[in-house]
Amino acid sequence: MGCGLCLVACVVEHSKTKDILMAYKQETPRPTPRNVVEEGEEGACFSLQCRHCQEPDCVDACVNGALYIDNGVIKVNKDHCVACWMCVMACPYGCIYREEREGSWNSNKCDLCPGRDVPACVEICPNRALVYEER
Amino acid sequence: MVMSSSLWTDNFHDFYVDREQERCIQCLVCVRQCPYEANVYREAAGVVDSVHKNCTGCHRCESLCPTRCITIRTNPSEFRPHANWQPREIKNIYKQARTGGVLLTSTGCELPYPNYFDRILIDACQVTNPSIDPLREPMELRTYIGRKPEKLEFERTETGEVRLKTEIAPQLKCEVPILFSAMSYGAVNLNFCEALAMTAKEVGTYWNTGEGGLHRKLYPYGDHTIVQCASGRFGVSKTYLGTSAAIEIKIGQGAKPGIGGHLPGEKVNRDISETRMIPVGSDAISPAPHHDIYSIEDLRQLIFALKEATDYEKPVFVKIAAVHNSAAIASGIARAGADAIVIDGFRGGTGATPLMIRDNVGIPIELAIAAVDDLLRAQGIRNEVSLIAAGGIRNSADVVKIIALGADAVYIGTAAKIAVGCTVCQRCYTGKCPWGITTNDPRLAKRLNVEIAAEQLTNLIHGWAHEIKEMMGLMGINAIESLRGNRERLRGVGLTDRELNILGIKHAGE
Repeated sequence: MGCGLCLVACVVEHSKTKDILMAYKQETPRPTPRNVVEEGEEGACFSLQCRHCQEPDCVDACVNGALYIDNGVIKVNKDHCVACWMCVMACPYGCIYREEREGSWNSNKCDLCPGRDVPACVEICPNRALVYEER
Repeated sequence: MVMSSSLWTDNFHDFYVDREQERCIQCLVCVRQCPYEANVYREAAGVVDSVHKNCTGCHRCESLCPTRCITIRTNPSEFRPHANWQPREIKNIYKQARTGGVLLTSTGCELPYPNYFDRILIDACQVTNPSIDPLREPMELRTYIGRKPEKLEFERTETGEVRLKTEIAPQLKCEVPILFSAMSYGAVNLNFCEALAMTAKEVGTYWNTGEGGLHRKLYPYGDHTIVQCASGRFGVSKTYLGTSAAIEIKIGQGAKPGIGGHLPGEKVNRDISETRMIPVGSDAISPAPHHDIYSIEDLRQLIFALKEATDYEKPVFVKIAAVHNSAAIASGIARAGADAIVIDGFRGGTGATPLMIRDNVGIPIELAIAAVDDLLRAQGIRNEVSLIAAGGIRNSADVVKIIALGADAVYIGTAAKIAVGCTVCQRCYTGKCPWGITTNDPRLAKRLNVEIAAEQLTNLIHGWAHEIKEMMGLMGINAIESLRGNRERLRGVGLTDRELNILGIKHAGE
């Protein structure tokens, strides 16, 4: 329904303090969401995040081995990322984002919230539009 | 009608969007969720701002704000106190001075007329007559709606078995004495209709199409659907009548007795047009009267036309608004051949009604049901019809009280909407329901997730059913049949002799 609470949940989950006011008001640079709510005609809304493809184009495109598959989850090793944005170009869903971190840039994407049973965006969705399941 | 451009009344708004700016994180959830644009993002200043005059008090933004920084308050600004010229009256005059139109509103009467439910108390067993624990002993809530025979006759078959000789009229079997009242597709959206239908099937009760017709998608729920035949005859066909558990002829509605309905053409999209069987974009106007009913005899013709069309297999209800002489009218309806009479009290809801009519026409359901039950009993025809009470039933105690006053079952509408999010902001008529209930805007309608709504409605009915069983248990009653019309178990508090007399109950202490 396009409320955007999934974006807020993502920011808070990936902030240093995991506190909503601290994440938005104190942390610099402010953590950026790893998802986006696409809006189309006739009220179509879609909260889009990494699909964790089985044969991911982003991992193939990464020149420095920063993107890797860990137990089915595609992750970024930020120390290896050289910010060439080839993964951003390769992702057919547009789900990889640029993020500023301690003065340098790296790519950033959904990590399925390690340590949580259900990703934060799924948990907060008030209309059960987001469902976490393996396909 | 000239629309005055004067905006000097804009600052006399009803609500005030109180936003703690230090907690606001500019996530814009409130901005995206408010269809009335009461929350706006001032990009240049980088702040979310409130446009108080647009706020309808629906609380959607408050409910979804992730930092809980929003509180919706009534506008603290006050006019000079005056017992006669209350702010409500002053503001209504401002509105009409500006628009020259009829004041529109939604839901049921909001004025503080006496509420008899709140002045009736329920009896309980102590010492001399034991109460029943509903968790340990069977408790019967099942209710059959329909015409009951005066007596049962039996005969012996050739093989010596005993067989029922009396022919029983079609009955509607309700597992709980709570049905969902008529809310038309158009006034509410298909998601809500589907949630009602799913719930009705799940809990063994019925939902009502209202006068909006039955969408094809909901045909599988036909066994739990009451289809309505109203003055506009929208969507009425043989298939429609056949795909139902019962048929309801709508004569009147508690929120707007004696007037018709009007679904504006801009709301009539393709699906609604197909369901109502009218052209896309055309106004759906329900006349005030049925143009073929001007007497009880005419009503009888329609009742039997509908019975004929459905092979006498389905009960036919007649719904009227509770008005001054409801009892005499109900007696006529019973004699006209109806299987059930629905009485809708003046607190009954609606999607759109003129404010003056909603707040000033009709009578309370408590008095109407008592009067109708009394007259039908006095005339010896109470068994010929079931009585369904509607309009302002708020909780399970109201259900118990109205059944004890003489109803067979109740209809709930507003309570069902509240169960899926409604905050009774009374702006259904704008078609912009922020909770996605009374809107057909696809962007807003999707806010009502059918699955979640059906779960919540089911929970509500289960909760009420449980409470009704508890209340019956404490009265020592184990079947809802024994509660019906059992006014001896009710007592009034703070009521006059006249009121007690009409309600047919004693005062507390007697």
